[in-house]
Amino acid sequence: MSTATLPRTDFSTTMRTQPAVTTAQPSTDGFDPAYIQIKDFSFSYGAAQVLHNLTLDIPERQVTAFIGPSGCGKSTLLRNLNRMNDLVDGVHHKGDILVAGHSIYDPLIEVIALRKRIGMVFQKSNPFPKSIYENVVYSLRVAGRNGKAELDEVVERSLKGAALWDEVKDRLHESAFGLSGGQMQRLCIARAIANRPEILLMDEPCSALDPIATSKVEELIHELKKEFTIVIVTHNMQQAARVSDRTAFFYLGKLIEYSETRRIFQNPSNPQTEAYVSGRFG
Amino acid sequence: MKRFFDNELETFRSRLMLMGETAIRQVRDSLKALVDADVALADRVIAADDELDALEMAIDDEAIRYMNLRSPVATELRLVIVGMKASHDLERVGDECTTIAKRAVRLAGMPPLKPYVDIPRMAEIAMEMLRDALDCFLHGDTEKALAVVRRDSEVDAINKQLYRELSSFMVENPATTTRALELMFISKSLERIADHACNIAEEMVFLAKAQDIRHREELKKG
Repeated sequence: MSTATLPRTDFSTTMRTQPAVTTAQPSTDGFDPAYIQIKDFSFSYGAAQVLHNLTLDIPERQVTAFIGPSGCGKSTLLRNLNRMNDLVDGVHHKGDILVAGHSIYDPLIEVIALRKRIGMVFQKSNPFPKSIYENVVYSLRVAGRNGKAELDEVVERSLKGAALWDEVKDRLHESAFGLSGGQMQRLCIARAIANRPEILLMDEPCSALDPIATSKVEELIHELKKEFTIVIVTHNMQQAARVSDRTAFFYLGKLIEYSETRRIFQNPSNPQTEAYVSGRFG
Repeated sequence: MKRFFDNELETFRSRLMLMGETAIRQVRDSLKALVDADVALADRVIAADDELDALEMAIDDEAIRYMNLRSPVATELRLVIVGMKASHDLERVGDECTTIAKRAVRLAGMPPLKPYVDIPRMAEIAMEMLRDALDCFLHGDTEKALAVVRRDSEVDAINKQLYRELSSFMVENPATTTRALELMFISKSLERIADHACNIAEEMVFLAKAQDIRHREELKKG
């Protein structure tokens, strides 16, 4: 895949008017150590509060893993990062989430434009009932971009980026349903990166895949972080250890520990974290 | 929550403790064989080295199996790694005891060169260091482990002093050379046993705190 880095998007372009800009201190590698800032964030489905005063900074162009037992709120938090939870009735939140210094809850923000900047890959691959080619270019066509040369370029770049090009380049116009489970998931990743998002959210992207397909997707995650900021939710502890730079452990909607992945798995500070990563509960 | 394979770790810990106790017993018996010129006891020490060899292999086998099948992390991972390293140190302690026992057999047939004072003292300190290092394994008392690391210089100092003293024996009376050399090597073996105790103490600090304190000279000065 191409490892050329993309220009960093100014998130203010997703807003109707220019908001006040807060600039985080850049890290020594030039990337923002607090690209996504979750600030005292709480979230409820109706009367049920599922996230409690979460505060954490997610660094740019690194892989951050959310781990924790079922129901701990990790997927809910992930879905808040691109405001997908807005689609659920009766939800409300407190606190804020900032991406590149801009609140995603700013009333001026265009939610659709925000979601274009934040791609998402789900647990179960969900290709559209279309050809491989049309799956990749779907979001461009919706945006009215139909130029063949541009679409061809996007298909090749995205499929190469998803490490799928060599396997499907001779059957781009065949149905996506003819692909294997692992290939379908990589097609969904290609579709998610077709629009050159800044952030890639992955919700259990390998839980329905066999070990070989899992290994391919993990290798892909390792490559993709050169271009994208990745947040992954996983139940697979070893996967979090393998692919992520930082790991956040959640329990009952609270952030128990957040640190470098190496530290979480070698010497966690909190006994609950240790019990979870050792498989003693959860 | 107790997991169905938790007893494997208990067995692993017990085996390492058994190995530690066996190694301390070997140090004590090899020294007793030397001081009492007890050839039969020396022979038993030499034969008992097989126990330590077998325990080391069993610990390695269990550690590899556990890492392979249980994917340990955090404290458990450190326990398995430290267990393998400490068992290697204890096996080497056993080898040094065998060396001492073999020299004790040779010395038993010769008149004593001098009363045994420094060598039993070295052995006593080395055994205390081993005990304290293993105590840290049982109770996680890292202060005790650091004290073990600091005590190493005591044994080193006695070893150097003995070296000078035995050298002067050889210079003054070449007829003492064989006995003096045997004692020098015994002293060196005890100094190495103390080094192994230090290694184990350092490993126990890593187990308890995930801190690597090896090659930190400032720790040895207290």
